[in-house]
Amino acid sequence: MASGAEITSKEYITHHLTNWSVGEGFWTVHVDTLGWSILMGLVFLFSFRAVAKKANAGVPTKWQCAVEMVVEFIDSTVKSTFHGKSPVIAPLALTIFVWVLLMNLLDLVPVDFIPYATQQIGASMGYDPHHVYMKIVPTTDLNMTIALALGVFILMIYYSIKIKGVGGFIKELTTQPFNTPWLYWFNFILEVVALLAKPLSLALRLFGNMYAGELIFILIAMTGIYQIFGLHFIWAAFHLLVIPLQAFIFTILTVVYLSMAHEKH
Amino acid sequence: MNINATLIGELIAFLVFVLFCMKYVWPPIINAIETRQQKIADGLAATDRAEQDLRLAQEKAKQHLVEAKTQASALIDQAKKREQQIIEEAAVKAQAEREKILAQAKAEVEAERIRAKEELRKQVAALAVAGAERILQRSIDEAAHSDILEKLVAELN
Repeated sequence: MASGAEITSKEYITHHLTNWSVGEGFWTVHVDTLGWSILMGLVFLFSFRAVAKKANAGVPTKWQCAVEMVVEFIDSTVKSTFHGKSPVIAPLALTIFVWVLLMNLLDLVPVDFIPYATQQIGASMGYDPHHVYMKIVPTTDLNMTIALALGVFILMIYYSIKIKGVGGFIKELTTQPFNTPWLYWFNFILEVVALLAKPLSLALRLFGNMYAGELIFILIAMTGIYQIFGLHFIWAAFHLLVIPLQAFIFTILTVVYLSMAHEKH
Repeated sequence: MNINATLIGELIAFLVFVLFCMKYVWPPIINAIETRQQKIADGLAATDRAEQDLRLAQEKAKQHLVEAKTQASALIDQAKKREQQIIEEAAVKAQAEREKILAQAKAEVEAERIRAKEELRKQVAALAVAGAERILQRSIDEAAHSDILEKLVAELN
């Protein structure tokens, strides 16, 4: 309970689920989502780059071992799914996996810590603490997950056209499942829906899981049992499984979708 | 939930991260991993080969040892035989030498004896002739009675 008993449960939940926004209308930017996600991305890139710079085939350091485990895990996952040569897919999968994992891990930071600290900082700078928002888990922001899925979707379209050509791609969209000119329009509707469902399901699956997890943490925090850590701890332990699982699902589906885009029919 | 410009920002961040990862993170690490895998595989193969070599070398060494032993015993046998032979040869030689020396000595003794006898005979003959001469004075014709003297000398033989 961040700021005492004077706020209602509704206000508390709303406060925790509101992003720190700057700007108006569509040109609003969620500073917290953007900031935390970029921070996590930099954590990933710098820690891995540190290994990459000193990477050699000799005896690895402990940190190098850890990084190489992740890299090899991604590499074997990609190789088992995608049987082609692509300089993009494996690094893409690695980026998605580690980035999403790190962002999801922010969910384990107790829900009040950072928002409360931010409120205190905001208050000391003369802002109304009730209007200082800080939602630290970027994957609970639909903008974040849709951006990821959209990136994957763009690559899907790019590779579909690159491998099969524009004609091949259109043919793929229109000639199945019913291979008769009379039903091409129907096929097209079906295939476009299927195509759009892929990034949408990617985005919504990750968002839904993380948002729900975050919400449960907030509800637990509200009950007050939070103070003795019991319920919060149990949910965190359970959520600990969800965090890497969601990161992995996002990654593996990305690889699957991209390898489907590479396939010729 | 409102979709807004954050999405564009995240999309750009995502692309930049992926590009960076593609260029500067993934290739060095995966290269290092693959090189190390190759190295380890080579090392294991080398170990296997070395073990094989060691086993072969040990076998060869054992073989050499056995061969050396046989050779050595053959050599010893040969040496013993040769020793025996040398001893026998020496004995034979010594025997021959002994006989030769003995024979030579005998021959010398014989020759000495013959010579002595001859001398003696001559002296005896001379003595006999001298004696006879003394006894018979000039009455005896040396030439006429030489056959008698010859007979006498022959008897002395």
